[in-house]
Amino acid sequence: MKETGSKEPSLANKAASAIFVAVVLIGFLWFSVSSVGLELDFTTLYQYRQRLWEGFLMTVIISVASLMVSLIIGSLTAIGQNSRILVISYFCRAYVQIIRGTPLLVQIYFFYYIIGMAWGVNNRYIAGVLILSIFEGAYISEIIRGGLASIDRQQYEVAKSIGLTRTKTLQLVTVPILMARILPALAGQFASIIKDSSLLSVIAVIELTQTVQEISADNFRMFENYLFVGVLYFILTVSVSILSGLLERRYNHEYRVNQYQ
Amino acid sequence: MNIELINISKTFQEELVLKDVSGSFDIHSIAVIGPSGGGKSTLLRIIGGLLAPDSGTLKIDGESIEFSKKYLPSYRRNIGFVFQSRGLFEHLTAMENMLLPLVHAFAINKTQAMEISSKLFERFGLTDEKNKYPFQLSGGQQQRIAIARAVAVKPKLLLLDEPTSALDPEYTAEVLNMLGELQNDGLKTIIVTHEMGFAKNACEQVVFLANKQIIESGDSSQIFKHPQTEELQFFLNKILEWKV
Ligand SMILES: Nc1ncnc2c1ncn2[C@@H]1O[C@H](COP(=O)(O)OP(=O)(O)O)[C@@H](O)[C@H]1O
Ligand SMILES: [Mg+2]
Repeated sequence: MKETGSKEPSLANKAASAIFVAVVLIGFLWFSVSSVGLELDFTTLYQYRQRLWEGFLMTVIISVASLMVSLIIGSLTAIGQNSRILVISYFCRAYVQIIRGTPLLVQIYFFYYIIGMAWGVNNRYIAGVLILSIFEGAYISEIIRGGLASIDRQQYEVAKSIGLTRTKTLQLVTVPILMARILPALAGQFASIIKDSSLLSVIAVIELTQTVQEISADNFRMFENYLFVGVLYFILTVSVSILSGLLERRYNHEYRVNQYQ
Repeated sequence: MNIELINISKTFQEELVLKDVSGSFDIHSIAVIGPSGGGKSTLLRIIGGLLAPDSGTLKIDGESIEFSKKYLPSYRRNIGFVFQSRGLFEHLTAMENMLLPLVHAFAINKTQAMEISSKLFERFGLTDEKNKYPFQLSGGQQQRIAIARAVAVKPKLLLLDEPTSALDPEYTAEVLNMLGELQNDGLKTIIVTHEMGFAKNACEQVVFLANKQIIESGDSSQIFKHPQTEELQFFLNKILEWKV
């Protein structure tokens, strides 16, 4: 850790500030809700707990699967963008540009109803994961490409000079340096995947958002339903950022120290 | 150990950097001097197997070096290389920097590698630094660790490319002292340097590289006293101009 020069704020100061922020946020919410004359009653959600749980699980499964597939797509296209074979390089660049330049909703319709039909991908869950992975893969591709470009060339020269093979260089130099650099951005992207998966509801993938839409058609409690589901998404994304904080530490210290034990 | 250069040429993007460089050297310690941009680093990288010449032959003890992907890693393993700066892996501590070549290039087991490393750290007064990352170390410490890492694997030859040029003056001595000590132990070295005192007193031979070629070479005791070529006279006058 570098010295910042400024003192760490006191615990009392931290607690008071946190409480203040919480009070303002909750007060704002409460005031807004009560001034439109809304009476929130979350008890009606209880009877849907089984469906909500299943939707929640489906969102987690789709997000994790999409993260893995998009990491593969992102890594391959990141390397491909710098390929000396122009066809590969152009293909990867076009992919990144087109995907990042169009809305996910458009891609979902296009891939599902046109490409999916044409190529016989009928399972909407598999299609959903693929579409989401193709979408997020373009962003991950840019994260990885940027990370690779930020590595000092001299590190490779050093690896070469001690006689490391290419595979060993990748494993012992490139990947650890890259991971330490891009982990925060990757975690942010994973949080986006979780939120973006809600759009798969338009092709009737029964994840969290689709579940809550169905419940709303049943109990007409739109506000409670969506507020509740918002909290569930928030729990997921906050977990991701906590997890990434832990992983970051691992990549910066323990990981390195443990490597030789 | 003998190094023979036969008509070595190298071009970078249409710019000729080395032109038919030739010479044969029995190495104990050689200093390479010359103006910036003269091709010193390029020549050193070719000798270290980090860069392939466009044409010409490099022979070590009479054996031609084959600049092929298959052969080079094992060649490089036996030759240490110290860079001007940023020569340590930035994501590894000093100790891990030492262990990496021992464990992953030489397949020495970790316990033994730790032992070798600890001994070197102790010998060169680096023990307190062994768990620090490069960004936590002074330039002089980084260079000394880079040298320690290079000699840990007992290389046949150690190449150093201006190892003190990026250092604050007070760190230069500690690095040069360490090198002098290693040379006395019989380590064979080729060093590119602007430290004329070190070239003259610690190295047996001097090679003057300028204008893409080796202009002059000889015993260090002689070459500084009686430079033969106009180029070397001019170069020495220029760099010694402000000497106290
Ligand atoms: N990788 C490279 N790509 C292009 N030009 C290079 C490269 N390395 C060195 N050069 C050029 O070659 C010339 C000699 O460089 P170098 O060997 O570093 O000289 P010195 O070490 O004597 O200062 C310089 O003009 C430099 O710009
Ligand atoms: Mg140089």
